[in-house]
Amino acid sequence: MPRPVIRVENLSKQYRLGTISHRTLTKDAQRWWASLRGHEDPNAQLSSDFVGDSAKPRSTSNDSDRFLALDDVSFDVLEGEVLGVVGGNGAGKSTLLKILSRVTTPTRGTVKIRGRVASLLEVGTGFHPELTGRENIFLNGAILGMSNAETRAKFDEIIDFSGIDAFVDTPVKRYSSGMYVRLAFAVAAHLDPEILIVDEVLAVGDEAFRRKCMGKMQDVAQGGRTVLFVSHNMPTIRRLCSRGILMERGRVAMCGSAAEVTERYHQSLESSVQNRNGLAAGVLFDEPEAAFEDGCAITGVRMFDEQGQPKSTIKTWDWVRFKIDFRSERDIERGSVVFRVATRDGVALSLTSTTPDCSVPCHIREGEQSADCIYLRWPFSEGDYVIGAGLAITGVQMIGWQESLCEIKTDEQDVYQSGLAPSSSRYLVATEVEWQVPSVSK
Amino acid sequence: MNDSGSKATISSTGESWDLVLSPKIGWFDFRLKELWRYRDLIGLFVRRDFVSVYKQTILGPLWFLIQPLLTTLIFTVIFGRVAKIPTDGVPPVLFYLAGVTAWTYFAACLNKTSNTFVGNANIFGKVYFPRLTIPVAVVISNLIAFGIQFLMFLGFLAWYALGKDGGISPNAWILATPLLVLQMALLGLGCGFIVSSLTTKYRDLTQLVGFGVQLWMYLSPVVYPASQLSEKWRTVMAFNPMAPIIEVFRYAFLGSGDFNGVHWAISAAMTLLILVVGVTLFTRVEKNFMDTV
Repeated sequence: MPRPVIRVENLSKQYRLGTISHRTLTKDAQRWWASLRGHEDPNAQLSSDFVGDSAKPRSTSNDSDRFLALDDVSFDVLEGEVLGVVGGNGAGKSTLLKILSRVTTPTRGTVKIRGRVASLLEVGTGFHPELTGRENIFLNGAILGMSNAETRAKFDEIIDFSGIDAFVDTPVKRYSSGMYVRLAFAVAAHLDPEILIVDEVLAVGDEAFRRKCMGKMQDVAQGGRTVLFVSHNMPTIRRLCSRGILMERGRVAMCGSAAEVTERYHQSLESSVQNRNGLAAGVLFDEPEAAFEDGCAITGVRMFDEQGQPKSTIKTWDWVRFKIDFRSERDIERGSVVFRVATRDGVALSLTSTTPDCSVPCHIREGEQSADCIYLRWPFSEGDYVIGAGLAITGVQMIGWQESLCEIKTDEQDVYQSGLAPSSSRYLVATEVEWQVPSVSK
Repeated sequence: MNDSGSKATISSTGESWDLVLSPKIGWFDFRLKELWRYRDLIGLFVRRDFVSVYKQTILGPLWFLIQPLLTTLIFTVIFGRVAKIPTDGVPPVLFYLAGVTAWTYFAACLNKTSNTFVGNANIFGKVYFPRLTIPVAVVISNLIAFGIQFLMFLGFLAWYALGKDGGISPNAWILATPLLVLQMALLGLGCGFIVSSLTTKYRDLTQLVGFGVQLWMYLSPVVYPASQLSEKWRTVMAFNPMAPIIEVFRYAFLGSGDFNGVHWAISAAMTLLILVVGVTLFTRVEKNFMDTV
């Protein structure tokens, strides 16, 4: 049974919202005097808030300018484990990291640590533009806790990893941003602490370098080091981490295996999506009173899953039924319904119509009705797309065409089971492919 | 990393931890041992401060000499020639250069350390290392600049001593110079700590520092000898910790002015007081300033 190397106990961190200074200088001076005498919590009002109002965890009622970024968080990190911390924006991940890396102190609770900690909340901290690459390697290394001797021992490896050997004696202000970031990551990657705390710094550089970074991270993770890893990238978490913690609104919502935690994170995202625009689950667009244009109006777009249940989120390669609601003022015997998916820049990625594209005859009648468009495999990578829809008199004219009816956010899904989910930062359409290659000899 | 700062404590289950982070902040949590472990970082900061000053300048490190020379020239013309303030019978150039050399070191220490928190907020917000490394590095890199300027001062001194009979009489108090330098460094640090700690909340101070330092210089016997003041004002001046330092410095190298041991002792005591207050503030602010800066 490995022993814990980090123990977080009842950790809370409170921030003040808005201006930092107190209303009056007197109040300030009082607080200050209290803090000078070493009182644990300088503002008396603050602690009494909590005694009386413990039922309201997040923000206290009578002093609404206070905000609990962390609320009674407790967990252990065991020796040699790679723990992933996930959670939405504002869940308290960054605050937790800041306390663990000693940038700030907790308001209540304690953190106990065994061993040397290095934290990477950013790469290239303390780089000085006037100094050369070589000088910055030493400076950055020292800021991260390495001695000159340790840096010297790793110097060649660092240069090698960053691939900037020709520019090592050039001031870093002359570097391209890519070179800068590569050098910065190279220093960070060669730290040798017992406990490593990493924020989402991996998403740096070009694709090739990012893979190199991932490889390095995996080496670190498998090298028996204790790593605390914070990321929004679920496949990365699943691939690197043995255990995960899900944070929600300053609390630990769940502790478990990386797979369980990332799954739960996706679920919680889905439920929050529903409230995003005040729309019910699965409703992308809903305007029953939309005005007629050329005699018709698109009034709604809804998503359903294979079981016919409203579908609130959509992932790459999901089965999805789009129900397009519309109203018409006239009867169009040779009508057509058109559905389009485009990028935000307006580049059409997929356009389909009942006729002529799919040869499905459609009779549009006067009044309200709907048409279903089913994607057997939603082909798009993680990212945001724009949906357009409209009606047409086949071969004659488009009527009521709405180019950007609503946006649809596609969540990532690791469809190729490679840990590298299709992402719109690389490509937009995830094709079903098969590779045939020279076999690998065993 | 057993020397990581906070004391190793024994938890209820009898386990030992290397580091415990809690809201409690000790009174005088100075942690010199940790600072020592980061000595390489201090060295690199010194190098950075020193090198970045004259990168991409034509004259480079010569600026360390030009600045005090120009100041001395201006003082000699304005206060010596125009205002005709006497200089205790010492050649004006030497008189002002002595004052300027000493004052520059103190002022540089104060000015640069007073910006510790606000100026380094982006680094401090991302990674932990002993915050004291920054001001300590500032004091050391300024010491190098002071050394260069001091050598120039010695050159002038030798030239005057050998060349003309300018009424200067260096004496054994020269041996106290390291003590004076140390006192200036500590005083500059102490004031810098106080200002930098307060500026995390009250930015107004950043505006005031430059002005305050200038005012302080005129309250110190830099451009005039203390002997020009009445007895009463000289006693008042004893509470300006910089005044005796400059007087002793001049007395040691030039033999001018009067040496008042009591005043120097008061000044030393005040230096210590300011340093203690400064360090206390600094160590308290460094824990949490990221939330307010």
